[in-house]
Amino acid sequence: MGGGFISRGFRGKRRHAQGDLRIPPGQYLVEGFPVLSAGPTPRTPLGEWDFTIEGEVDEPRRWSWEEFCALPSEEITRDIHCVTKWSKLGTTWEGVSVDLLLEGVDTAVEYMVAFCDGGYTSNLPLEEVTGGKAWIALTYEGEPLSPEHGGPARLLVPHLYLWKSAKWVRGLRLTAEDEPGFWESLGYHNHGDPWREQRYWGD
Amino acid sequence: MTDTPRKLAWRIGEVVEISPDTPRTKSLFLEVPGWEGHRAGQHIDVRLTAEDGYQAQRSYSIASAPEDGRVELLIERLDDGEVSPYLTDELRVGDRMELRGPIGGWFAWEAREGGPLLLVAGGSGIAPLMAMIRHRQATGNDTPVRLLFSSRSYEDVIFREELERLAAEDESLEITHTLTRSAPPGWKGYDRRIDEGMLGEVAFSPEEMHLAFVCGPTPLVEAVATTLVGLGHEPVRVKTERFGPTGG
Amino acid sequence: MDENRLDGNAAAGILAEIFTFEITTARAACVRCGAAGEIGAQIAYVSEIGTVVRCAACDNALIRVAHQDDGPQRYWVDLKGVEYLQLE
Repeated sequence: MGGGFISRGFRGKRRHAQGDLRIPPGQYLVEGFPVLSAGPTPRTPLGEWDFTIEGEVDEPRRWSWEEFCALPSEEITRDIHCVTKWSKLGTTWEGVSVDLLLEGVDTAVEYMVAFCDGGYTSNLPLEEVTGGKAWIALTYEGEPLSPEHGGPARLLVPHLYLWKSAKWVRGLRLTAEDEPGFWESLGYHNHGDPWREQRYWGD
Repeated sequence: MTDTPRKLAWRIGEVVEISPDTPRTKSLFLEVPGWEGHRAGQHIDVRLTAEDGYQAQRSYSIASAPEDGRVELLIERLDDGEVSPYLTDELRVGDRMELRGPIGGWFAWEAREGGPLLLVAGGSGIAPLMAMIRHRQATGNDTPVRLLFSSRSYEDVIFREELERLAAEDESLEITHTLTRSAPPGWKGYDRRIDEGMLGEVAFSPEEMHLAFVCGPTPLVEAVATTLVGLGHEPVRVKTERFGPTGG
Repeated sequence: MDENRLDGNAAAGILAEIFTFEITTARAACVRCGAAGEIGAQIAYVSEIGTVVRCAACDNALIRVAHQDDGPQRYWVDLKGVEYLQLE
């Protein structure tokens, strides 16, 4: 990080995380909710939106927006951590558990790719999105998820760096091989555990 | 302006002058040892590092002409900004700053390229266009230039006096202001957001215009660029520099 | 509105850390739609996680860049979206 130059008097807006055990190594707290994007914000009309479970499954599944919204959802409160070093504690979401979406899905494979409007993807082992670890989130802080934060629906996998929580998600494709996603194919760590600071390849 | 190809690296500049302008803006003048010069329209990236290593980085257009030798940055203070309040409230003459540049040869103009040029600025978007205007003046060039400059109010017109003086001295530099929030009593100029009617009245015709440079907050830039194309200008002749949603 | 959506010129900083030539005036053809134009005229999404230059005509990712600057300095560059780069 730089050649050691310090800008006299510059503090920045983040808050120190000294000794807070909820904050992974190398992270700091922010007040707002930064928006980082790799492409234009999709604006799929809800009448055209659907969510699918597809790929290496016996029977693909599909839900329209109305059908998806009728699924049981959970309110969850979690800390989130971005690989660019900001963290937010106690964020509240409402979403459909990925466990629910995969219930009864017949598959022999161990991996999946979350795919999205706009072409973004993130890859995860099924093990990392099951057992109460992942949701398809529809609301944030009690409001419908805004487009800039991934609305109408995003994947939420809070125990890993937030780039895994693919915005504008349209489905999960189950795969026999692990297929690195958008950032995983460009230097970012395939797994992405903030507690082991798995930011980049080889970390 | 040929140089040995090399990768852009961070270097240190020193603040040698700070000059307030409008209620919300200041110019910072930097001396950068070994500065090889820039083209009017280019920018630099500034990197601020706190004592614990936290860093923030922003891009700023160089407002000074290449002939000036110093790097002038126009800073608009955004109340909820992370970097601009530091630059306008804390930074002092003598402080050093990490920067790299000049960057971005695509949004640049040299006087020998000629014109006519249409320059459209929203607020602090005037910065790279001011470098072009100053460069034109420093080289004694008489390329026809029309500047359409949108500001909130008369007091918020950045570089107002200098622009008035330059336009008064030079018939081939025409400046048109529009004030979008409040106008002084007796104001006879435009008093609304830039729209098709205004551009139709101010811009050169598509047959005449060589290039347009549009700079400022993203919504203004996109609206102006779309409108110019709608008025018949070739898209490749409309160069844009979006500052982002809030500008600066 | 897209906060990170800027002109291709905004990618010039990170690209100048990698390429020694002036990239914003290089002409790039999009593999997906064939449109060709200067990199500066395309759209750049610039944030701390990485920079993506997209075709102004079809949004295809022309150039993707990620950068690690803690510890080892590493860059990852994906140019698969570019049919060719023309430099003068």
